[in-house]
Amino acid sequence: MRGNDVAFAFGAMLFVAAAALTTFLVGNEYPFFAGYVILQYIVLAVAWTILGGYAGYVNFGASAFFGVGVYTSVFLAKAFGAPLLVQIAVAAAVGGFLGFAVGLLTLRMKGIFFSIATIAVTIIIDTFIVNWKYVGGAAGIQVVRPPTMAPFESYVKMLFVVQAILVVIAVATARYIQNSRIGRGLQALRDDELAAECSGVPTLKLKLLACVISGALMAAAGAPSPMYLQYAIPVAAFDLNYSVSALAMSLIGGTSHWLGPVLGAVLLGVTQQWLTVNISSAANVLLLGVMLVVFVVAAPRGIIGLFVRKKSEKTP
Amino acid sequence: MALELKIAGVDAGYGPVKALQGVTLEVRAGETVVLLGTNGNGKSTLMKVITGQVRPTRGTVTLVIDGQSHDLTQLPTDAIVDLGVALVPEGRRLFPKLTVEENLTLGAFRKAARAAIAGNLDFAYESFPVLKERRRQLAGTMSGGQQQMLAIARAMMSSPKLLLVDEPSVGLSPLLVAQTITAIGELKQRLGLTVLMAEQNFHQAVRIADRGYVIVHGEIALADASVAQLRDNSIVKELYLGGVA
Repeated sequence: MRGNDVAFAFGAMLFVAAAALTTFLVGNEYPFFAGYVILQYIVLAVAWTILGGYAGYVNFGASAFFGVGVYTSVFLAKAFGAPLLVQIAVAAAVGGFLGFAVGLLTLRMKGIFFSIATIAVTIIIDTFIVNWKYVGGAAGIQVVRPPTMAPFESYVKMLFVVQAILVVIAVATARYIQNSRIGRGLQALRDDELAAECSGVPTLKLKLLACVISGALMAAAGAPSPMYLQYAIPVAAFDLNYSVSALAMSLIGGTSHWLGPVLGAVLLGVTQQWLTVNISSAANVLLLGVMLVVFVVAAPRGIIGLFVRKKSEKTP
Repeated sequence: MALELKIAGVDAGYGPVKALQGVTLEVRAGETVVLLGTNGNGKSTLMKVITGQVRPTRGTVTLVIDGQSHDLTQLPTDAIVDLGVALVPEGRRLFPKLTVEENLTLGAFRKAARAAIAGNLDFAYESFPVLKERRRQLAGTMSGGQQQMLAIARAMMSSPKLLLVDEPSVGLSPLLVAQTITAIGELKQRLGLTVLMAEQNFHQAVRIADRGYVIVHGEIALADASVAQLRDNSIVKELYLGGVA
């Protein structure tokens, strides 16, 4: 176990170092522009898996949390000229708080009822932002990037590295939860909530915790977005596409292991970027649908499931 | 060990539906008490009231351990498990996609139970050898009888003092019902447990019972009856033999 932890920490550092190094070696900005989006989806998908995969509460509210992250940044930038790190930290706090509130209100519902309630959350918050003139309302708002920080030559490259660090934080969190008692408790309540309660699993507490962590990570993923696009508009920030993508990436990768959503997000994210450039941006939505259908039929437990099943078949 | 469960004047229900009305019941240390009644009379609701999963609208549920009184209506389920109360839920409610051993480990989720996990696991395998043979098998793929054994063994993993068993006979053949009831009786003897068992199979349940209660439409119709009284009682005959007195 400890050896694994060291290997994981080493891998994580290597990943961030490699991400940072490439920004100096590669001059062209486009790979980082596209890479940022993929990294952002990894964070979203991993965060989604903590509640949707481990706990089995299928959440369609990823776009709500993402959008809250976006608009927390917009507000902080406009009101205080807050630096990027503050924006991300506050966005995570707001996302976590929202997760707590949403969890308290909706976690008594199960299955499809919970999922529908989370869609409603997206619509409610979207409506609120559309009518909040200070952050631009429905027309959106222009965001001026602060000057680029020292070692980086362009803002997009810096955001790429920031998002890579968020990926590490999200994955480390998911991995910790999965290997801890929290993860086993969530797994138990996913299988049978009443039985979990009878075994002394504090189900409501664990579900709330999953909601808070998942919400905080999703909002953090969205926080750098206004600086990345130099623009924020509710239609884009609360796009249901984020919810669907986070869900699809997790399901395609497999929700039983933290590596699942990472694989799913990389696979889908890379393909989508490729399609957007080579065919059209509409094609990537089609791809999402087709891949989801293929995986539900051929690998219902995702890419990870293909490997895990083989292992369990060997040991009778 | 001094232990006493006192339920007094409990009303409980689901929204406008009243499932229990004025239920009073007592279980004392070392006893096996059966709660008899056919389907839909409130047996499971009473079990859920004791474990804090359904909150009563009136009345008290008190667990006295070594002179210390605990108000179960104010405690969350996990804290009640910590006090030494374990429920074998109706219909077994295993974690079907987890293995037998994982199911058992989850039974010891609480901090206090984790300290005793190795000993309790050995005890479970010794009490139910079939579970040891199948410890790597997914719980959902076992037969009904084996699943019932696992459900009981899982509850035992938290080292309970008071074992609640809700309808252990559901979905089992007569032979397996007899085996299950015998297993509960043996566990109780070996560990000095206190048992409250809700059951509708009268003849099997009274085999291991010290006392019994009969519940009809959410009210206790016959309280604190000895086994002999239960056998002779007209309410029991009406319930189980369709009014042939």
